[in-house]
Amino acid sequence: MTREPAGLAVVGAGPAGLAAAVAAAGLGVRVVLLDAAPGPGGQFYRQPAAGLGARRPGALHHQWRTWRRLRAALDTLVDRGRVTCLTEHHVWAVEREADGLTVHALLGPEQDRSVAVRAASVLLATGGYEKVLPFPGWTLPGVLTAGGAQAMLKGGLVLPGRRAVVAGTGPLLLPVATGLAGAGAAVVALVESAGPKDFVRRSRALAAEPAKLAEGAGYAAGLVRHRIPFRGRHTVVEAHGGDRLEAVTVAALDAEGRPRAGTLRRLACDTLAVSHGMLPHTDLAETLGCRLDGPDVHVDDEQRTDVPGVWAAGEATGIGGAALALAEGHIAGHSVAARLAGTAPDPDAWAGAARVRTRLRAFFAALDGVYAPPRQWPELVTDDTVACRCEDVTAGAVRSAVRDLGAGDLRTVKLLTRAGMGWCQGRICAPGVAGVAGCDLTPTRRPIARPVPLGVLATPPDRPDAPGHPEAPDRHDEHDQIDPPDPTPSKGLS
Amino acid sequence: MNPLRLVRARPDAPFTVTFDGREIPALPGRTVAAVLWAAGITSWRTTRTSGSPRGVFCGIGVCHDCLVTVDGRPNQRACLVPAVPGADIRTQEGTGHDA
Repeated sequence: MTREPAGLAVVGAGPAGLAAAVAAAGLGVRVVLLDAAPGPGGQFYRQPAAGLGARRPGALHHQWRTWRRLRAALDTLVDRGRVTCLTEHHVWAVEREADGLTVHALLGPEQDRSVAVRAASVLLATGGYEKVLPFPGWTLPGVLTAGGAQAMLKGGLVLPGRRAVVAGTGPLLLPVATGLAGAGAAVVALVESAGPKDFVRRSRALAAEPAKLAEGAGYAAGLVRHRIPFRGRHTVVEAHGGDRLEAVTVAALDAEGRPRAGTLRRLACDTLAVSHGMLPHTDLAETLGCRLDGPDVHVDDEQRTDVPGVWAAGEATGIGGAALALAEGHIAGHSVAARLAGTAPDPDAWAGAARVRTRLRAFFAALDGVYAPPRQWPELVTDDTVACRCEDVTAGAVRSAVRDLGAGDLRTVKLLTRAGMGWCQGRICAPGVAGVAGCDLTPTRRPIARPVPLGVLATPPDRPDAPGHPEAPDRHDEHDQIDPPDPTPSKGLS
Repeated sequence: MNPLRLVRARPDAPFTVTFDGREIPALPGRTVAAVLWAAGITSWRTTRTSGSPRGVFCGIGVCHDCLVTVDGRPNQRACLVPAVPGADIRTQEGTGHDA
């Protein structure tokens, strides 16, 4: 194998990234796959840590056979030297250069050293993260995102507590509720703000995807089996507790999406897993200058962004679940292989995946119209409720910035209140702050995708593709000893 | 039923870490957050301004709510950092730099 830059660097080893890596490497492209986790899988196929010795990890998963196939294909390609897996690589920027692209990643749990990986093309398979809108008590320990509860369960084999409420809106609530129950938690209620009428309105579009309906029916059966009460058109009004969560108050919603008088009920619980949908991770795409469609990275039929050499697939291009991510990744991998060889790809090569993509995009567009938080949710956010968790900025401070200081957009709210200025850079609070402020949710430009120590920015990056580097793609041993980097001139991030 | 039983886990040898000086058991491969959860601890930080308690929120490294001090290094994301034998995990107050 040569020590030339890779043909394709894939950022993210979830379903989209894995499908793309397997497809492209199968067609002869040398692929480097980077992921922040200790192993491939992403969030959907997050695996228990090896030291936990899980003999039946599939018990926590859906579509396990698909994972086994993907994993086997990846392992084969790694053994043949076609794919290099760089795990525990936290990608913080991708730079375009005259002769290709450079992916910058922080290493390992300490994250105080960065490496640079060069490639002719990059696939952004960065996935998504959860959207949670604020409500009184949402900062109490014991309140966490639905995906977070699932991640801790799948990866750490731990439960947050014994009595859980799963709440919010969206298709993720079902597997989270049944997953927690299956692992031994008492799930006191699944509280969903969408109601049966919302589904009926979209029934034709939803019925076009029988496999998804069957999946939903399976989860419904799981709710029955675990005796989880389903409360549609309900919302959590408040979480209660001192140093940790002790109970939540739920209420039925009226036609305007407001809590109906006389329907408030208090449920004792030590865990509240909450989600109001998902948002795509688009930082790397935005830094590269890729066009966005609303919150999603814009791609063409081949999954190409509008920046040459940069493809995107999976949740980053629009939230649509693992099956859609697999189809998009597969198409992207084929397209990369053809384009790197200087030819136009033959769409017949991915006709099946393209059909799946079309159907699932339509299905999720319909779902988007079904699942929604209560229309009047900002009314439930009291002035003393924290809106920005990192900076402890209350909803009252946000409202005052709008009312008294004339803020009319997220950026001005941030400058006046610090909301969105903290550790998470507004990823968590932006939708909530925008709703409370009554302004649009505009994408925030984040030139650096995760916190990077200043010392890293001041040091020329290691280049694992440099000759003799212990992480050169022809070496498979883990990096424990890093040679001094070549003194290549460091490029600023201007 | 519990998660370990559900997946028929046979963990490697357990070890201990300390949380605010107290020994707690840990299983290999678990993150600091998972180890603390398994010991019944759900918060390990207080915020800079209001001093309110925080623990895991997003669970996947995005939100930075779960910051904690490990072996004297503040602001470590408990949901990402693997627990290692003898790790000295301490509740973080504010920025973690005022102690």
